[in-house]
Amino acid sequence: MSKDIKRYNVRMAGLGGQGVVTASHILSNGVIIDKGESSLVPFFGSEKRNAPVESYVRISNLPIYEIGEIIYPNVLMIFSEQVITLGKSYTNPFYTGLKQGGIILINANKPIPFSRDELREMEEMEAKLHYIPATVLANEIAKTELATNMAMCGAIAAVFGMPSMKSLEASVKDRFIGKGIVVSGGTAALDSVIERKFAKKAKLLEANMNTIKASYQYAIEQGWGHPDAVPCEDAPKLTEEIAAKYGLVLGAI
Amino acid sequence: MSTQTASKVPEGKPADWVPAGDLQEVVDPEWLMHEAPRTTEFITGSEAAREAIRRCNVDVAISYPITPQSETMQQAGYLYDEGHIKEYYRAEEEIGTMSAIAGASRAGVRSLTATSGPGLMRGLEAISSWPGARTPVVLLNMCRVINTPLAIQPDNIEISFLLNTGMLHAHGENQQDFYDYTLAAFMVSEEVDVTLPATVSVDGFFVTHARGHVSMTDPKYKLPPRDGWRSAVPAMDNENPPARISRDAPIQKSNFISYHMHASWQQEVFAAVRRSAKYWRKYLGDLIEVVNPGAKEMIIASGAAVSQARECVRQSEEKGIEVGLIKVKTIRPFPEEEILNAVQGAERIYVPEFNQAGWLHKEVCSTLYGKCKADIIAGPRVYGGMTMPTELLLDWMAEGRKDNPSYTF
Repeated sequence: MSKDIKRYNVRMAGLGGQGVVTASHILSNGVIIDKGESSLVPFFGSEKRNAPVESYVRISNLPIYEIGEIIYPNVLMIFSEQVITLGKSYTNPFYTGLKQGGIILINANKPIPFSRDELREMEEMEAKLHYIPATVLANEIAKTELATNMAMCGAIAAVFGMPSMKSLEASVKDRFIGKGIVVSGGTAALDSVIERKFAKKAKLLEANMNTIKASYQYAIEQGWGHPDAVPCEDAPKLTEEIAAKYGLVLGAI
Repeated sequence: MSTQTASKVPEGKPADWVPAGDLQEVVDPEWLMHEAPRTTEFITGSEAAREAIRRCNVDVAISYPITPQSETMQQAGYLYDEGHIKEYYRAEEEIGTMSAIAGASRAGVRSLTATSGPGLMRGLEAISSWPGARTPVVLLNMCRVINTPLAIQPDNIEISFLLNTGMLHAHGENQQDFYDYTLAAFMVSEEVDVTLPATVSVDGFFVTHARGHVSMTDPKYKLPPRDGWRSAVPAMDNENPPARISRDAPIQKSNFISYHMHASWQQEVFAAVRRSAKYWRKYLGDLIEVVNPGAKEMIIASGAAVSQARECVRQSEEKGIEVGLIKVKTIRPFPEEEILNAVQGAERIYVPEFNQAGWLHKEVCSTLYGKCKADIIAGPRVYGGMTMPTELLLDWMAEGRKDNPSYTF
């Protein structure tokens, strides 16, 4: 881990079933494996498929004392456009509380038509807005949209320059193969769906890692990567063919 | 430090032939708490509670699920399966749970239950009878909103309902405290001159469902078993039950018992709460932790508010401002002397809380009244389950430095 002081307070928002909480565990544990400091807490409400979900991850290379939800994040990860367009969120507008100069990573194929007020407010916050086609990457590379959360993890790891790809892989292994974490009944059910889909867990791991690598490399190529982010040469590429198939408008605005 | 060697699996028998609890080695509790080598894991509060229970030599656990407690007692179910808990069942609801676990404790075995906010409220009639019955039980309480509108989020107002029951009460800040305080609670509650139930509260979700570093001893060690006869009131012989199921017949001989007897019985319960302080100290060190002693601005906090206060201390330090912090570990006994000594020199005291009532503020005020010149500021407070952003505490402290602070955030 870099010696420069980094402190990221990440608020993840998405829909039930997208693996938001799992993504926060993988990211947080990856940082811990990288010898950084991290803590996380999911927001618990009426969890169910498609209902709003929020999870919060704190990352630092200094001790972290604060606990609980992150009201004033400096990073937002939006796992579904519906968080914004349908207001499926505990936090509306979704950027409420974002600190000056914060980062916003949105899973979307093209820029969201924000209102003028929203655009003005984000400009005043000097927010860095990035769009990542995470669900497309998941569908094309892992052949399941259940890997959307992996794509989100990959992209944000490039933006932060941590955790390293090796630590991320160890974290994904821990989650799906290793001792695992305590999961809710709904998450356990989704786990068994995905395990059936991949006869062997090793294949699941490989598909997840390929998705992570692809989004990680995508973020670097878009110029969002932290100087510490080491390019991932063997990452599967998002081809122009795929981009055309989904009508992707790529890049930052 | 072994005081009782572990059993072994007989040759030719499968590994789970002997309950896993019997394969653990009984060790001296002080050695276990202070000297035994520890390794650190990054786990949730529920998992930290499981690891504590694994080492607590629990005989009986009874509980009824309620969010956010459910995950911990699901974990306790695994311990039962492995043979670390001898008996475990899910009761029908909390009055049943809290009554049944009292029965287990009266019979002289180590007893554990757990609940959260509304479940605690439902069980409160039975819980209030525990201290008077001198039943050592450990109640793990994962704080949750109790007020309408319904919510499942952390808000620790329920602690205010337990303050005057005669129970011991420790309030953990994080996953590490949940582990350590649980082990300590069993040992303290079963001391002869204590013989009282103990609650270990943590703020739900922020501690139970979040991961943190927890340093733990080798799972091969466990606490000594409860000796039911080493107790202020002897265990009940369930083979030959008394005609009346009562500890002390004269007390319940009629509805018109001696007022004096009832009064002295209560006095003895609350005296036992105070006596327990020396045992808490034995296991947890001081009943308070002080950061930056002597600071002019002090924060007094318990539970999750301590973590936010630590970050406030750190950020203030970055700006060159010294802020002190007093972490209150035990709410009952309330560490009056320690707090009084620690606030000498303080000019302003903030009491951040995760509840509307401000029960800790009231405790602090009644402790310091007439004995300390500092302004004791009633807040900041958050409630309904939200977290307290460090920014809120920093804003209050900045306001406090003005000539005419308004405290109207």
